[in-house]
Amino acid sequence: MSDVLLQVDGLKKYFPIKKGIFAREVGQVKAVDDISFHVYEGETLGIVGESGCGKSTTGRMLMRLIEPTEGQVMFNGKNLTSLSAEEMRQARRDIQMVFQDPYASLNPRHTVAQILEEPLIVHQIGTKAERRKKVIELLQIVGLSEYHANRYPHQFSGGQRQRIGIARALMTNPKLIIADEPVSALDVSIQAQVLNLMQKLQQELKLTYIFIAHDLGVVRHISDRVGVMYLGKMVELATSESLYEEPLHPYTQALLAAVPVPDPDFVKETKVLQGDIPSPSNPPSGCTFHTRCPFAKDACRELVPALQEVRPGHSVACHLYDDAVTMI
Amino acid sequence: MVQVTTEPVMEKEVGPWKEGWRRFRKNKIALVGAAIVAFVVFLALFGPFIAPQGVNEQDLTKRLLPPSGEHWLGTDDFGRDIFSRIILGARISIAVGFFSVIISIVVGTFLGVVAGYYGGWLDTIISRIFDILLAFPSILLAIAIVSILGPSLQNALIAIAIINIPNFGRLVRSKVLSIKQEEYIMAAKAIGMKNNRILWRHILPNSMTPVIVQGTLAIATAIIEAAALGFLGLGAQIPTPEWGKMLADARIYLLNAPWTIVFPGLAIMITVLGFNLMGDGLRDALDPKMKN
Repeated sequence: MSDVLLQVDGLKKYFPIKKGIFAREVGQVKAVDDISFHVYEGETLGIVGESGCGKSTTGRMLMRLIEPTEGQVMFNGKNLTSLSAEEMRQARRDIQMVFQDPYASLNPRHTVAQILEEPLIVHQIGTKAERRKKVIELLQIVGLSEYHANRYPHQFSGGQRQRIGIARALMTNPKLIIADEPVSALDVSIQAQVLNLMQKLQQELKLTYIFIAHDLGVVRHISDRVGVMYLGKMVELATSESLYEEPLHPYTQALLAAVPVPDPDFVKETKVLQGDIPSPSNPPSGCTFHTRCPFAKDACRELVPALQEVRPGHSVACHLYDDAVTMI
Repeated sequence: MVQVTTEPVMEKEVGPWKEGWRRFRKNKIALVGAAIVAFVVFLALFGPFIAPQGVNEQDLTKRLLPPSGEHWLGTDDFGRDIFSRIILGARISIAVGFFSVIISIVVGTFLGVVAGYYGGWLDTIISRIFDILLAFPSILLAIAIVSILGPSLQNALIAIAIINIPNFGRLVRSKVLSIKQEEYIMAAKAIGMKNNRILWRHILPNSMTPVIVQGTLAIATAIIEAAALGFLGLGAQIPTPEWGKMLADARIYLLNAPWTIVFPGLAIMITVLGFNLMGDGLRDALDPKMKN
């Protein structure tokens, strides 16, 4: 197996809840609560979960756009969490991000050429002529042309803008790209186009992706391994095949059962989850999923299950598989 | 192999400013406002070459004459040509309006950006100062400032600049706060941009449209405030042909020589109307969302 590019250990983000004129802290929202995983060089790790499960916060903490409350992020042998602000700023050259909303992530007052050139300017790469050349090169890579360089973002369609966003992320030749729901704001017909482009770029430029999404179908299409998040915790992490063929965690099972099947005659055994996601400011004791889990037993209400490898390459945080762990 | 198709976009390359100008041109009322403003600015620049008489050419044999072929708008109590004085007064009103607003914008924008972007205790202090300034009726505050500095046109300008600072400061602060949350600012940070660059290249340019609109409208208000201070004897002093001062000097002749008071009043009204129409048009053109 290839080398580990990114190693995340015990990452946490607690947002304080403040009240009153003196901003007294009355509680905490545990947006991300102690998650650990690693990403191999050249692979795509998908992270899925409902909205509010902390997947975007995780992505932003990896780049320290949001400061982690606790935990460690090792990237390429460097501990990102211990860098100074200026060192972190420079380290961002190697980790870039693609954002969810292609309408909001481009400055409306800058032309495409200005938007794409800016990463090179801030990292002081190349002369003006070289930068211009690189801008045009990347426009062509993402399927646009020099012809588009002097246009403004509002003159492009959603799919085109997202390709500009991808081109911007690629300007500094990063090793890792964190894509935060890059296609969820796009039409389905455009989604495939952008996903295929991302896959093509991965092969050609040897990129590593962390792909955050709430759409299981999209994640399956692009990911080598998939992590499932629920209420700030990673509940299951497995290779794409293994996860979709045989989901172990009851939450993952329910999520997969909810994916629509394009066959009108298909009658599926309904496994609709009851109730809402509990509030992350007051999460349930033990396993946070026990309030909605059809298989919950006593242990689930008291003990927090740890993420354990129950089959080779397939980890799950669930008490149902406690025995399986000891068997390995 | 992926085939990514790109259909050429039909529009010409238009930036947000050009786009705004296109919308502005279609707005007839705004164009009328702009024409009035252009006319008054023209008078302000070239007044001495246009006015038939000087500011202080007195002729006591021709006191309080009604409008006639010789004196289009009549004469005042010293026999001075009102038409000439109004033309020469344009320079004063425009200068006060323009420069006081420039000062307010520069100071207000700086304070607003600092408060909005850095937040924390700086924001608390700056915002409370704005609140205190806004708690006074603006003209009262202007009177207080002028009485401290001493009555003169220059001090009136400073007072008007000061009372308008919190308006711009708050406007910029709120705009900066909302733009700070935009995804392209997050993207700028993700790229590895420094705070200063984000502030000056991304946040400030995107917060300037409402400032320009508000600035145009504020010139109108500043002109009225300058006239009010002049009327109260706290602004321009004798014999400056300031429109407010002219009103004040003419008010005892209101009944027997109404032209002495009507025409300076009309000059103020038309100029202010021009700036207001233009400001409304700019708002609709540059910031269509602000309309509703």
